Amino acid sequence: MSLLEYFDQVFSDYTLRTITLGTAVLGAVCGMLGSFAVLRKQSLLGDAISHAALPGIALAFLITGTKDTNLLLAGALVSGLLGTFWIGGIIKKTHLKTDTALGLILSLFFGFGMLLLTFIQKQPNANQAGLDKYLFGQAATLVESDVLLMVIVTSICLVVLLLFWKEFKILLFDPDFTKTLGFNTRFIDILITFFIVLAIVLGLQTVGVVLMSAMLLAPAAAARQWTNRLSSMILLAALFGAFSGVFGTAISASQNNLSTGPVIVLVAGVFVLISFVFSPGRGLLFREIRFRQNRRDLQLKKTLQLMYSIAKTHDNISHPHAVRILNNFQGFTKRSLQKMEEKQWITLQQQHWSLTERGFDAAENLFNQQDNDESAN
Amino acid sequence: MKEQPAIQIDDLTVAYNYKPVLWDIDLTVPEGVLMAIVGPNGAGKSTLIKAILGIIDPIAGSVRVFGKAYKEQRKLVGYVPQKGSVDWDFPTTALDVVMMGTYGRLGWIKRPGNDQKKASLEALEKVGMLAFKNRQISHLSGGQQQRVFLARALVQDATIYLMDEPFQGVDATTEIAIINILKELRKRGKTVVVVHHDLQTVPEYFDWVTFLNVKKIATGPVKDIFNDDNLTKTYGINYKVAINN
Repeated sequence: MSLLEYFDQVFSDYTLRTITLGTAVLGAVCGMLGSFAVLRKQSLLGDAISHAALPGIALAFLITGTKDTNLLLAGALVSGLLGTFWIGGIIKKTHLKTDTALGLILSLFFGFGMLLLTFIQKQPNANQAGLDKYLFGQAATLVESDVLLMVIVTSICLVVLLLFWKEFKILLFDPDFTKTLGFNTRFIDILITFFIVLAIVLGLQTVGVVLMSAMLLAPAAAARQWTNRLSSMILLAALFGAFSGVFGTAISASQNNLSTGPVIVLVAGVFVLISFVFSPGRGLLFREIRFRQNRRDLQLKKTLQLMYSIAKTHDNISHPHAVRILNNFQGFTKRSLQKMEEKQWITLQQQHWSLTERGFDAAENLFNQQDNDESAN
Repeated sequence: MKEQPAIQIDDLTVAYNYKPVLWDIDLTVPEGVLMAIVGPNGAGKSTLIKAILGIIDPIAGSVRVFGKAYKEQRKLVGYVPQKGSVDWDFPTTALDVVMMGTYGRLGWIKRPGNDQKKASLEALEKVGMLAFKNRQISHLSGGQQQRVFLARALVQDATIYLMDEPFQGVDATTEIAIINILKELRKRGKTVVVVHHDLQTVPEYFDWVTFLNVKKIATGPVKDIFNDDNLTKTYGINYKVAINN
């Protein structure tokens, strides 16, 4: 199937439609909540939570003996929350730093989860196969009820987000101040964390334990590059997430069924890459261009100042001077002289320059002008 | 009728990991004073403010604001945290940060409206930052960021203001702008407590001072207690400060 065929069939084919819708919704909710994680500098929390969810899946299977997705995800939710809770406890009660606590919980829970998975695989009954899909995810197994669950959770998440918008925003920016205003910061904190855990657990079936944190972080990191407003950032992150889901599914479906989860994550990675290079405000490309522009601009002003100091000593400011008396250290090049002539700061005649009225004024106001430039930025 | 002090602290002890940071502090802040809290690094100045505000839980002791527990009087107390305590790359504008000062009175869920916006713009104007209202906060200089924080406290419309090093890393213009606002607050009968580092300016800026170094060394009017004796006790060395020039 080619990409075109995919987009042709996505509305008619049941399986394709379900998977596409599922990955899109998942991408959107992850992007939204991922923005919170990124802004709270808890980027690695997502990674720890997703890994901590694995033993929950295995235990849920061992206890119930079924492979009902909802039951397994409930198990994942419990162990994910437990892991999060422990991370918080370790940070609060011991001298260990956040990264150590995250690393500890991540590897301990994941190790225990892998142990349980291998144990399950050694069991004689035939029902055990397929649990390892939660490691790397398998979007193809998404059915309508899974997508419905995602839609419901995303809707609840949206409602809560809109309701507590102001509280979320202030907690993200300044938790201490929030507390002094009388808000229960613990409650807001738990609310945000709970939804992050929920989004991660929802994504385990599709993207898997190992890559799940990228679903949270990549759209948010990309979105941050394009805007300086929290609301637009969250909206953009949701869009990037949703598009990653759709494009990822499209590519994986059209290329001999490449594993969907990794492709989605890679597409999100491309969004990040593009954003880091091409975003106008913070992107590397425009920053470099601005840097060069500024440097040229400064060089010009430096030369102008030198000319000004020379011209000042004459009664007639437009008295011509030899180009040679400007030295290279002050930034004189043929190009910069041409540029100054374009700006009508000077007139050039063979090997002589003379300052114009306009150039004289510009030089006099050079520093005021710089102030103006700054406040106009 | 006996007037209640703005802040009354009794037997306050705070410890981080068993190491006492504040030891058995008794402190009275009378209403209407402009008080500096001075002391060496690690003396617990910021901790004292945070303990008053309930950001840090003390091991023992009580804080009363106009005779009642702080929790009942929250809305009377405004706070300017240290500038470095937040991430200034956060995606928001100066006006938006100032608006956050109104959230406390709004309470849960209710959104700020036109009244809150108007008050915030006025506060920005008062600190000389109106022109920067839509500026992304990472594009503000350190002094401008400090002014935004001050404006945010002003819209809290509090009776008591606690400020953690508002003069840290600001230039002379901003310092003058800030101290003028503080003096104006005092003129309007507000009580202002400021963690302060520059001993030279204490007599010029403040009328009350508290010397702190884990324990309270002294507290009172600047003209009575700001002397070599107390400075030596607080800083442990003979701190030669020209008090009267």
